[in-house]
Amino acid sequence: MKRELRLRIKTFVMILVMVVCANAGDLMLKRGMTKIGVVPLTLAGLRHAFFLTVTSATIWIAILFLVGFTASYMMLMSWADYSYVMPAGAFGYALLTFLAVVFLHETVSPRRWIGVALICIGVLVVGLTKPRTTEVIARAAA
Amino acid sequence: MIRSLLAFTLFILCSTGGEIIITHAMKIIGEPARLRPREVLEFLWRALRNPWFWTGMPLLAASFYLLLLLLSWEPISLVIPASALNPYVFGTLAAKYFLGEQISSGRWAGVALVCAGVALVALS
Repeated sequence: MKRELRLRIKTFVMILVMVVCANAGDLMLKRGMTKIGVVPLTLAGLRHAFFLTVTSATIWIAILFLVGFTASYMMLMSWADYSYVMPAGAFGYALLTFLAVVFLHETVSPRRWIGVALICIGVLVVGLTKPRTTEVIARAAA
Repeated sequence: MIRSLLAFTLFILCSTGGEIIITHAMKIIGEPARLRPREVLEFLWRALRNPWFWTGMPLLAASFYLLLLLLSWEPISLVIPASALNPYVFGTLAAKYFLGEQISSGRWAGVALVCAGVALVALS
C-alpha cells in the first residue's frame, strides 16, 4: 500500500514536471523567436537567423526546458503506463488556459472552459486508476 | 483528399508506433534507482544505447514532418484536433494490444472525457 502510494506521488510529481517543462519550453521558444522576428527564406537570412538563435539566452532556456520535458517523459515511461501518462498529461491544456487568463489576460471562450473542465474531470478519473498495470520488463527478466 | 487521408494514416502509424516503441524501450531499460542527477544521467545514457529507442525516434521525426505536410494541405481547424486526439484514442488502444496494459473501465471513461475536452479546446 505504501509502495503504491509512493508510486502515485512519484508519477504525479513527474507528470507535473513534464507538463511545466513542455509549456515553459514552448512559451520561451515562442518568445525567443518573436524577438528574432520573421526569418527571410534566403541563405543570408537563414544564416543570420541561425546566429541569432544560437546566441539567444531565451532560446537556450527554452531548449533546457524541452530537454527537461524529454527526460521526464522518458523516465515516466520507464515505470508508468502509457495509457495513464498521456491522458493525465492533458492537464497541460488546462494549465495553459489558466496561465493565459492570469498572466496574459486573454479572454477564454465558454467552449474552451467546458473543454478544460472535461479535461480536469478526465484527468481526475484516470488518476484514480493504477499508474502501472504491467511488469517492468528489466525487472521481470532479472 | 486521398492524399491527405493517406498522410493522416501514415501520421497516426508513425506517431503512435514511435511512442509505443519508445515506451517499450523505457520499460526494457527499467526506471532509475533514484531520482538523483547521477542515476538520471545513467538512465538517459542507457536509453541512448537502446536499439528500440533509435527505432522509435525516426518514426516520431517522420510523424512531425507528416503533420507539417498535413497543415500545409488541410485547414488547421481540422488537422490540430485530429492530431491532438491521436495519443488518447489510438495510443490507448495500442498500449492495450502491444504493451499489454490493462485498461480498466475507469481509465476508458477518463480517456473519453479527456478526448472530449481536448477536442473542445483544440476547436476553440
